[in-house]
Order: sequence, then C-alpha cells, then structure tokens
Amino acid sequence: MSATETWGIGAPLKRKEDDPLLRGRGTYVDNIDLPGTVVMVVVRSPYAHARITSIDTSAAKAAEGVVAVYTGADLRDDWKAAMPCAWPVTEDMKNPEHFPLAVSEVNYQGDGVAVVLADTRAHAVDAAELVDVDYEVLDAIVDVAAAAEDGATLVHEELGTNVSYVWPLESGTFDESADVIVKHTYIQPPLIPNAIEPRGVVARPEPGGDVTLWSATQIPHILRLLTAATLGMSETKLRVIAPDVGGGFGSKLDVYAEELLAVAIARRLGTPVKWIEERSENALATIHGRDFVTTLELAATKDGKITSLRANVIASMGAYLQLVTPGIPLLGAWIYAGPYEIPNYSVTFTGVFTNTTPTDAYRGAGRPEATYVLERTMDLLAKELGMDRVELRRKNFITEFPATIASGLTIDSGDHHASLDRLLEHLGLEELEAEQQARRDRGDTKQIGIGFSTYNEMCGLAPSRILGAIRYAAGGWETATIRCLPTGTFQVVTGTSPHGQGHETAWSQIVADQLGCDPSEVEVLHGDTSISPYGLDTYGSRSLPVGGAALWSAGEKIIEKAREIVAHQLEVAADDLEYEAGTFTVKGSPDKEMTVKGAAWAAFAAHNLPDGMEPNLEATATYDPPNFSWPGGAHAAVVEVDTGTGDARLIRYVAIDDVGTVVNPLIVDGQVHGGITQGIATALYEEAIYDEDGNLANGTMAMYLVPSAAELPSYELDRTETKATDHPFGAKGVGETGTIAAAPAVINAVIDALSHLGVTDIQMPATPERVWRAIEEAQQ
Amino acid sequence: MIPASFDYEVAESVEHALALLGADPDAKVLAGGHSLVPALKLRVSRPSKLVDIGRLSDLAYVRDAGSQLAIGALTRHAAVQGDPLLQEHCPIVSSTAGKVGDPQVRHRGTIGGSLAHGDPASDLPAVILALDAELVIVGAGGERTVAAADFFTGVFQTAVGPGELLTEIRIPKLGDATGWSYLKYHRRAQDWATVGVAAIVHRDNGTATSASVALTNMGGTTLRAASVEAAVAAGSSPAEAAAHAAEGAEPASDTAASAEFRAHLARVLTERALMEALA
Repeated sequence: MSATETWGIGAPLKRKEDDPLLRGRGTYVDNIDLPGTVVMVVVRSPYAHARITSIDTSAAKAAEGVVAVYTGADLRDDWKAAMPCAWPVTEDMKNPEHFPLAVSEVNYQGDGVAVVLADTRAHAVDAAELVDVDYEVLDAIVDVAAAAEDGATLVHEELGTNVSYVWPLESGTFDESADVIVKHTYIQPPLIPNAIEPRGVVARPEPGGDVTLWSATQIPHILRLLTAATLGMSETKLRVIAPDVGGGFGSKLDVYAEELLAVAIARRLGTPVKWIEERSENALATIHGRDFVTTLELAATKDGKITSLRANVIASMGAYLQLVTPGIPLLGAWIYAGPYEIPNYSVTFTGVFTNTTPTDAYRGAGRPEATYVLERTMDLLAKELGMDRVELRRKNFITEFPATIASGLTIDSGDHHASLDRLLEHLGLEELEAEQQARRDRGDTKQIGIGFSTYNEMCGLAPSRILGAIRYAAGGWETATIRCLPTGTFQVVTGTSPHGQGHETAWSQIVADQLGCDPSEVEVLHGDTSISPYGLDTYGSRSLPVGGAALWSAGEKIIEKAREIVAHQLEVAADDLEYEAGTFTVKGSPDKEMTVKGAAWAAFAAHNLPDGMEPNLEATATYDPPNFSWPGGAHAAVVEVDTGTGDARLIRYVAIDDVGTVVNPLIVDGQVHGGITQGIATALYEEAIYDEDGNLANGTMAMYLVPSAAELPSYELDRTETKATDHPFGAKGVGETGTIAAAPAVINAVIDALSHLGVTDIQMPATPERVWRAIEEAQQ
Repeated sequence: MIPASFDYEVAESVEHALALLGADPDAKVLAGGHSLVPALKLRVSRPSKLVDIGRLSDLAYVRDAGSQLAIGALTRHAAVQGDPLLQEHCPIVSSTAGKVGDPQVRHRGTIGGSLAHGDPASDLPAVILALDAELVIVGAGGERTVAAADFFTGVFQTAVGPGELLTEIRIPKLGDATGWSYLKYHRRAQDWATVGVAAIVHRDNGTATSASVALTNMGGTTLRAASVEAAVAAGSSPAEAAAHAAEGAEPASDTAASAEFRAHLARVLTERALMEALA
C-alpha cells in the first residue's frame, strides 16, 4: 500500500474531530460562558391560533433576577425588515409578514410572544411563567389537504387564502389512453428533525455597536447577511461563529427568531445574551420537515415501459415561510421520475399554510418525498401489470449518460443496473422468498416481507444560474483557501460549515492527496465569518461536491504556482516538470526534484522567485458547480411483521449506494447509516401528531419515537463507484441518500409481508395500530 | 427543563421521613427519582418539598418470610431482577423487574417508587395485582397492610396517603404447579407498555385450572381481567378466555394507541401470556 492509500482520498482515516468530542472537550454554544451574560427565555403561545388581546409583564419584571421583559410590540421597531424568506418561488407567492415575536396574532403552538431576560436560567424560567398573556382563541387548521380547499379556516385572514403558491413543471403530455394507469395518494406526515444538540445562541455586544453571534447553525455566512439586513446593521458590524455544532439535518439551515432577538437585545442591554433551546421546546420552535399529501400517477405500456408521470403535491408550509420553506418541495421537482426514463412528466406543487410549526429543510428536503411516492407506485404498477417489481425497475432504468431527463436537467453519470446487481448479490432474494412462502404456508403469526427502493437524487446545491432561474435569492458556489505555511504544513479555510460531517478530516485527506503531506499536517478552519472566505455553508449534500471541488481548485492553483517556483529554482522549463503527490521531478533527470513544501519555503523566504512573482504560496478558489450532483443506488429492506400485535420490525437492511469517488469510507458509511436510520424512522416510528386544535400531542422524547439501536439491525452496506463526470475528482453527495432511499423500501416491505392477506396500502409511519387496521380491513 | 423551586430534605430514618412528610402535605417522597424527576423538570409535578429516602438502606432487601417473600420498598429494579430468592420462588417479579425501562432506570428506580407512583403504564403493578400481593404502609398512626386489589386507587393515585410511606411488598411463593408470564407491547426498548398482561396460571397436567390475570395500561389503574379468570376456571382454552380480556376495561386513547387497539392488544397478549404460562 502506498502512503496515499493509507491517508489520501479513499483511505478509511479515523476522524480528527472525534478525539476532543468524545472526551467532552468540544465547544458547543452552551459551553460559551461570558461574564455578565443574561439568559433569555421565550414565552410561547399555548394556542395554535389566537389573537393576543393583552400582555401584562409587570409581575415578571418584578421577579427575582429579572433584567428585562420584552413583548413583540416592545421590539417591533428593532426590526428593519420582516423575518427573511430567501426563496420566493413564484412572482405572486403569498408570504405573510412575520417578526421574531408575534405582535397581535399567534399562528402555531410555540409562536413566541415575549422574552424574559434574567441573571440565571432558573430565574428566567420562573419569571416566564409570570408573563400574563390574554388570548382570544381562533379556529385552527392543521390538515394540509383540508387547508388547501376553498372555504377552509384561514391561517392568515389577511391573505384571503391558505395557498401560498402553485408551481407547475410540465414536459410532454400525460398518456391518458395508456395500457395501464396507476394512481395513488400518499400522506407523508410532519417530522421533528431532533438534532442531538438543540439550538442555542450567544450574542455579545462589542465596542462601536458591533455584535459577535455564536449560534448552533449550519449557515454562519447566510445568517450574518440576513441578521444584519433584518436589524438594519452593516454586515461588517456582525461576526457570526458556528462553534462545534451537534447536528442539524437541515433544521439549523435557517434564520431563527432567537438569533435575531439575541442580537437585538444584546445591543439594547449592552450585555451578552444567551438562549439555549430546551428539548421539548425544540419540538415546537425548530422547523419541522415533510407534511405532504401527494397523488402520483404512472402510465405504462402493458409490457412495463413507463410513458408518463403526473404528480400533484400539496405541501404544508406550516404557519410562516422560514428561510427556504417554499422551495423545499421544489428540490424534489426534477426527480419524481427517479432513476427511470419517463418521457412525459408533469408535477404541480401547492404550498399551503397550516397552524403548525413552520416547515423547512429536513434531511433530503423534497427528495425523500418524491422518492417515496415513486417507489411505492412502482410496486403498485408491478402488481397491476403482473410483473416482477425488480424487472419493472430494470426495464425503465436510464442507461445512457449523460442523460437529459424530461424535467429538463442533465444527469452526468450513473449505473443503476450495477447497483441493483450488487444489491441482489448481497440480498439472497430466493432464500428470503422461500422463507416468506414457508411462513405463509404455515400460517405463522410473524410474516416477513422484502421491499425495494432504487433511487436517483440530485444534490450538491447548486449551479448558481439554475438557482437564479428558479428564483432562489443567492448562488450555489463555494470557496476555499489553502495557505502553504513555511513549516511545510497547510492551513485550509473553507466556506462550508460542518456540524458533524467530518470536513476537517475529509478536507485534510484531499489536501494530503493533492499536495503531498500527512493529513495531520493540515489544519482546517471553518464556521467563523471573520476568518473564512465568504462561503455559502453546509446543506443539501453540497460540501464535498461544491466545497470539496473549490478546495481541489485551490490546490490546482497552488500546484501551478509551485511549478513555476520549482522550475525557477531547478533552472528547468516548467513544461519539463512532472508532478505527482506533492513532488515535482524533472523529466529525464529523476534525481532532480522539489516538493510543494519546498516551494512553500521558497515562496515564504522569497529570496529567489521568478521575476515579478508575488511571494507566499497561497490560493483561493471559488467554484460554481456546472451541474447538480447525482448519487443513486439500490436499497432493500426485510421486515418481520407480527400479525397479532401489528408490530413491524426491520430484520435486515441492505444498501448499495453509488456516490462516485469516496474520500473517506468510514465517513461515508456513517452518513449512510444515519440517513437510513432517519428513513426507517420515517417509515415506522416518527410523526409529529397534532390534535385538531393544533396542539402538538407528542412533543417530548418519551412520545416522539426516535428509534434507538435496540430497534434496528446492523445494516449491510456496499457501494458501486461511478465517478461524477461533472466533478473534478468524481465525488457525489452522500449526506441525504439513505434518508431518500429508505422509507419506501421499508413500507414496500411491510406491504409485501402482508400482501397474501390482501393488504395493498399502509400509511407511514406503519405503527402497529395502522398495520392491524390494514389487516382487519383487508380481511373484511 | 428546570423544576419549579422546592425544598429538599434527606430522611435519616423511616421515622424521620414520616415526620418530614407529616409536617408538609405538599411534600413528595424521592426514591430512585426516575418517575418523579422528569415530572419535576416538565413542571407537571410541583411539590413544596422533596423528602429523599434514598439513603434508607435498611429498606432495600428481599427476605424469606415463610410462605411469602418480603421486598423492601427501596430495592432497586436491578436488585429485584438479580435476587436469587425471587428467581427461585416468584420469578415473575424478578423477570418483570428486568423489563422495566432501560438499564439506567433499573439501576436507579425502586420497586416501591414504581408502585407508589401509581402509573397505569408501569409494569410492576400488574404483577403485584395478579399475585394478590400485600403492601405495607407506615404512617404516624403506625403500620397497616393493604391488599394489592385495594392499593391502586386512580391515575397516579394509591392507598399511600399524605404523611405515609410504602415500606414493604409481600408476595406469595409460587409452587411448581404455577406457571407465569408477563408480556408487554412497547414500540421502543425504553418505552412504557402500550398494553401489558401478567398471568399466573395454576396447572394440572398441561391445562389451566385457574388463573390470575392483570392488565397494564388498560385503564386508570392496573386491573384484573376477571372475565378471563372466570373463563379459565370454567375450562376455556387460552384463545377463548383471552377474547374476554378487555371486558370492563376502559383504556385511554393517546398517541401510542387508540382504546380500540389497546383492547385488541390486550386480547392478543392475554392469549400469548396464558400460553406461555402453560408451557
């Protein structure tokens, strides 16, 4: 094994991040204790929809340790703009103006109405109970499909409708006279993202009106820009730091009320302000994901060639539009056909307000919702055609790449047959089917089912021109700087903002591979707007596809400058130098060589550089991706269903993913593990349950069922590797693949386990009660 | 997750605990804390004072008391689970203690705390009820013994009154002719029972001659499935008897299950528990 195989691109290097984090030496926002800090607690509405008739803060203000109490009205003039939404998806999109604290009306349970600032958290919590708010309770609307109908209770009376926007994408004409048409409606309930670290904020006022803001965020750069804009500050007055951040899954890709409140109040009080979200507060106050009702139709020839697809998506926005709320459903708009070649394509999205926590990005963001309805419907179509479900998928796979798909984008690369072949090698389908048949023949209480999901997704957000065309406010490029230090070490500054993904390790491996050093010689800085180049942060599986490419481009600039330095020092022509893994050699004179590290010293000393060359070996590159990133793969779930209790449990899960070049297989496996687990959770366990008045009924970890290791089997993971042609070293995104693929595989497996009983549909999550009812109904 | 403010006192003896409790009707007993502390943190429980009995180590024991076994109220679930006397003479208790919560809960939570908390979703009340156990309560007026059938009086309510302390649980020794089972359905390993069934079956040649069956989370308290017991006594098969499992029960509907599904689960689990107890 050569040196680079042990630590370069592709090496299973243990994460640099883990040692301090596992020893409890990370620095999360709650670890930041500044002298004189006052603690903020938000008073939240217990009602989903109500008018605020009065707020009496006098008792709270008089309570022990209280520094200040503010209502929405008190702070209204602090906001120079409403809470930002960066993705007005249509020209006429309806966006109700809202502020960090409600002023006259609350629109979901948990909407903030006042804040208490006190010397300790205990005093702040006690005083928050003394804020006396009178509400006039209004009718609430929770169900997204009902909210979309005419005459529904309105969330925002002033809009005259609950519909925020209608966004269609159409190519070709649906074949109404096809041999076979299947149509089904699917409910995908709201989910609570549950990052292991809830949100948290510390804002410190600095001399001259500046503020330093620490936040458990995925997006320090975007947060700085939009916080400054909302408060009417110069962007230069605000420094945002994302310290160690304990997960996000998209829920920290937002500009939240508490971030704005902390900055505004720190400026008012002249003291640091700290707010740490409680776990059950997180269930209400941090965005939810999903909440879709989708009708999907597929038309096919009788021999199984799919000719048309039509999707009608009703997507809940929740009560307000957060940072990218309206755009989330659209992130799936181009991939409702998944890995299949379907010439006629029509999708329509209706964004609808409900009296629930605002929705926004949650792992996969629009693409799990698309993949779920497609892969469920593929099984329905196979059944309707009397065709094997695996064969139906094979028959419709896209096989020629690059492939321009009906939705208008071009997939650069992929090999779906290879992934599916590998999956079947691992799965042992014949044995499983024999076991299934034996259990059916015996009439066993516990039946097994096998479910498939072959998927293709688009991530790596994103080509800036395309973002512009779909009305997103910003671009999708990323930036990286490499500084070659005189000691032969490398400092990398990235505009991405890791919150658990392991960028410090992966970025070190890329630099080590490209510039010839050990990963331990690379320092990776991130997450601080005062030190990093302007970046666009971490979400949408973009960091390696875009940020990693920017880093690679910076490395290429380093090599080119180093080549000139080396040529000058060795007194040869630059064209006579060959470069490999950090070392330049002279063609035909292999004893003459010089490393990038050597060039770095020469550039630092600057005693003998080519005429006119700037000293110092440092490069910054900004990379705007030419295309999205297109990972894909094939997953299979094997479930055991207890037909007595209705309990459905995973017994095997096999995943073959194709994410192109793998920088670190340990990190990739970790991403796939977590992603699959969240997909399984969606299928079997998790659902934010609201009652008809809009009360969140399961907002604690005792009742919101995040599965644990005890409920899950060890996953069987493997990969095929089809390099991305639109990426400098062939990598594709991996952060969301598991979540996108897993849920339909699991539900298809549950239905397969019960198909002999006549069960054809189960709504997710497939709770024991839903399984039981499905069996009961099928038996009638 | 910060409790409302409360006073805290460490009891040095049972008598001291009773004096502290008697002096403050809004005081609560703190034993293992694994039910009370979460309720405090959510501010759904707001006692004026906590009387910590956690150091009364003489309340942690399992003793042979002739035809009965006596379990000190402060015996932790893990100790109950591992106790050789219980494993030999009344294994349904040790086995069920091993199914409570998760390992952390079992190493802090106590049998007395679990019973006195009166949570209809807890596992041990059904076992105690099916066993016709006796519970020893002490107060200012001295000691009294309450039958399990009279102990659970409502949701989070028991026969332990203000100023009183549950000190001991007395359970019968089961003979070789007695089969047992405690089955519960719960979604995740650490979840409360959606429904649970405790069955004690007296066997003769592989058939049941009589049974005691108690249900978890099928109403405001654990309750006996009297119709099932009558059916078994009348010679019904487990399947026939189990069909009566939900008769008279009024289970709650919540996010884990509807009342209708709980009734179904009670029937399924009762049949399985009777079969297991007979095996």
